[in-house]
Amino acid sequence: MKTELESVVIKFAGDSGDGMQLAGSLFTSASANKGNEIATFPDYPSEIRAPQGTVAGVSGFQIHFGKSGVYSPGDAPDVLVAMNPAALKANLTNLKPACSIIIDSDTFTKKAIEKAGYEGNPLEDDTLSEYKIIEAPITSLTKSSIADLGLDNKSMVRCKNMFALGMVFWLFNEPLDETIEFFNDKFAKKPVIAKANITVLKTGHNFAETVEALTSTFFVPAAKKLPGTYRNITGNEATAWGLLAAGKKANRDLFLGTYPITPATDILHELTKHKWSGVKIFQAEDEIAGICSAIGASFAGDLAVTTTSGPGMALKTEAIGLAIMTELPLVIVNVQRGGPSTGLPTKTEQSDLAQALYGRNGDSPLVVISASTPATCFDWAFEACRIAVEHMTPVILLTESYIANGSEPMRIKSMDELKEIIPNTTDSTEDWAPYKRDAETLARKWVAPGDKGFEHRIGGLEKQDITGDVSYMPLNHEIMIQLRDEKVARVTNDIPQQRVKGKDTDDLLVIGWGGQFGILFGAVSELQTEGKNIAYTHFNYINPLPSNTADIFSKYKKIVVCELNNGQFADYLQAKFPDFRFERYNKMQGLPFKIKELKEKFNEILED
Amino acid sequence: METSTAHCPLKAKDYKSDQEVKWCPGCGDYAVLNAVQKTLADLEIPKEKATFISGIGCSSRFPYYMGSYGFHTIHGRAAGIATGTKIANPDLSVWMISGDGDSLAIGGNHFIHAIRRNINFNLLLFNNQIYGLTKGQYSPTSELGKVTKSSPHGTVEEPFSPGELALGARSNFFARVPDSDVKMMVQVFKDAERHRGCSLVEILQNCVIFNDKTHTLLTDKETKADNQLFLEHGKPMLFGKERNKGLRLNGLALEVVTIGENGITEADILVHNAETENSVLHSMLVQLSLPEFPVALGVIRNVKATTYDEALHNQRASEKENSKFKTLDDLFLSGNTFEVK
Repeated sequence: MKTELESVVIKFAGDSGDGMQLAGSLFTSASANKGNEIATFPDYPSEIRAPQGTVAGVSGFQIHFGKSGVYSPGDAPDVLVAMNPAALKANLTNLKPACSIIIDSDTFTKKAIEKAGYEGNPLEDDTLSEYKIIEAPITSLTKSSIADLGLDNKSMVRCKNMFALGMVFWLFNEPLDETIEFFNDKFAKKPVIAKANITVLKTGHNFAETVEALTSTFFVPAAKKLPGTYRNITGNEATAWGLLAAGKKANRDLFLGTYPITPATDILHELTKHKWSGVKIFQAEDEIAGICSAIGASFAGDLAVTTTSGPGMALKTEAIGLAIMTELPLVIVNVQRGGPSTGLPTKTEQSDLAQALYGRNGDSPLVVISASTPATCFDWAFEACRIAVEHMTPVILLTESYIANGSEPMRIKSMDELKEIIPNTTDSTEDWAPYKRDAETLARKWVAPGDKGFEHRIGGLEKQDITGDVSYMPLNHEIMIQLRDEKVARVTNDIPQQRVKGKDTDDLLVIGWGGQFGILFGAVSELQTEGKNIAYTHFNYINPLPSNTADIFSKYKKIVVCELNNGQFADYLQAKFPDFRFERYNKMQGLPFKIKELKEKFNEILED
Repeated sequence: METSTAHCPLKAKDYKSDQEVKWCPGCGDYAVLNAVQKTLADLEIPKEKATFISGIGCSSRFPYYMGSYGFHTIHGRAAGIATGTKIANPDLSVWMISGDGDSLAIGGNHFIHAIRRNINFNLLLFNNQIYGLTKGQYSPTSELGKVTKSSPHGTVEEPFSPGELALGARSNFFARVPDSDVKMMVQVFKDAERHRGCSLVEILQNCVIFNDKTHTLLTDKETKADNQLFLEHGKPMLFGKERNKGLRLNGLALEVVTIGENGITEADILVHNAETENSVLHSMLVQLSLPEFPVALGVIRNVKATTYDEALHNQRASEKENSKFKTLDDLFLSGNTFEVK
């Protein structure tokens, strides 16, 4: 029997060394290539090898794939793969009713069960009574299927993720070809490893077909999308590609000065593969040198970028002030994680907004924008560069762990499709001065060492208007503060109007920003389908805000701001628009929103 | 009318900016400024290619007084900014201007890493052993027990020796000059500019207000000949008014000997080899201190090595040559893609 489903959520969970991220990625890739809508969410501990067998050490990878309605990686799985008792325990609190659970029964030893914190064997009591349990001796069957390849025990056991993947492929009638190709490619020089993984994959597939516990399979048809060429991409990869594209479109070399930090490092990993494109990569000795090198490169005329996460942002603040004072283009990508301090390095949060807006000494405005989804990180990274270069200002791009590590299909844009970025520069020394501004944008000209006749000095001391000489004059300081502020405010003339999903006027307006777009959009869409008087507006431009923002707010009876922090965007809006009342829905658990909890909250407000 | 392309070299004064120099009267920085301007003129470095990048401190005002490009940055971070500038445009002649507080305290981390990476710029370290701009606190090079505004009972910490620190960070070029000798500075700055890599020049600079005469034994007319050992590659390590004193190795230590005494001849005197990779003798030389020894000046170490910026650009070029991708469109369409019609 083959049942057609709209969409399904699968979660692979196991020890952090069990290869769950790989199994999840391979399923994602196969599903994306079939043409499904997908959204993924890897969820792993910050320790590289956390204590084996403990709940703290569980690594998970959740995939939502379907024909339609895939706005997020899904609230809770329909199918859970639990490679050990700890993985079962860690996920048991968040499963859909009647969820199918594939379990490696070999791992449910007395010791492992105790280590996971169970008193008795959950397979033998009624812990799992409401779920559909599929027990399989995954570890032992993995080993026996490749016993003749001459691998040591450790190498054999390492293949067991492929057994689970094979079972899941069968369950959803997904093709194996691409995964087989992946191993042949990856281990071309170690054919025995390729063979072991492929054999185990097929063994798991065959086991699922044979075993009586699985009587029916499911089929998720391909989604309807805009025509074009697609690929699966994570937010961090898309960010890297957007930066590469912006460099070419601005006709400037791309420079990345950075220091590794979770969860931003994958941007560095991706960009450093592409030195062929001309990108210059500098892995600095610390966060400060990362941004300072980028400022130095910007001074010398490169499109300069630094990437980091919250604690790194804190270290960069003084240098950001220098970029503001010297009015150099600079893109600062902050892939947000849970804070304060070291906080939750591998968990998602949106709590660096206030830091991005205000976290510097002095009156120091800059542009803050945010990305919505993994694929659109491409567009927002590109946009950050465009604004920086055309308006001569640092731009902070906020993404977040949830979309940076999550993935979805991206329609590939050709370079011809992308608009040109026009650096605000000049060839003529006539009528030029270091701080002379464009009449419309107030941007000063970008001229770099090597340009003859433009020799000048800049620095962190206050500048004399126009000449850029050092000035301590009282009135000049006030004028310069106002000019810097006005320059950033005028970016609003160069960004699109804010849009609303839903009716122009209604009972409740839901506001979201950044990477929670998919879930918020999904929750509001579902309520709209149910006939509720609700609309949604999503902010990507945070500072400055689109010019019609207040206009939109005035059309709704109630407004609620939803964000993964203690109300930072709501505070910001409240200060900017004191005439409106902003209700708040905040979540601070290191986890994204869930459609279910959002709908409950919105219904509550609507009924109030 | 055709523009004349005749060779018309700039003079030292052409490298001055229109800004009034605001260091204290008698400050050692004036001499350094003159020496740098003369160096640029002698080496015919175009004004637009010379780029001066400084941190914070008295000496860090330096870029404002140069008519070239300049960037007065933030405390301790000039090395990071200079690194980015040099990587972005390797054609520039980049000069980092810094002091003992800027480079050895707040910017210590960037200082050692710039040296280790061998970024191709000149690092002029103005060492006056005091914090001048904040009006007289001790610095990481102030001697143990130094009484200052922030150490009224004397410091209780050992100072850094910049030379030892630099050699520990695997410096390929280390030189030392007094701010009192413009001729020596020009000679050494030229060597620094010609050397490919991070060329560190420690300038023994006098802060006339907060630490006056700290290098006086070394710079006074009366004592300097006996207290300065000016090193030149390939030449014997001789010093003294009569140039009859020299250094020789005695076991694992250096000792001062006098030619003509105890059968010592010039053949016994060590000959300076700045270009050897082996840093043992360089390390001994940077540590020499008064009164037992003269202070080593001039280019102490000058070793050829690949620079970071060179290596980075070579790697980019070879990646470009060998990559299967030629355009970003190639990249975007590579790997697992699928068509939706």
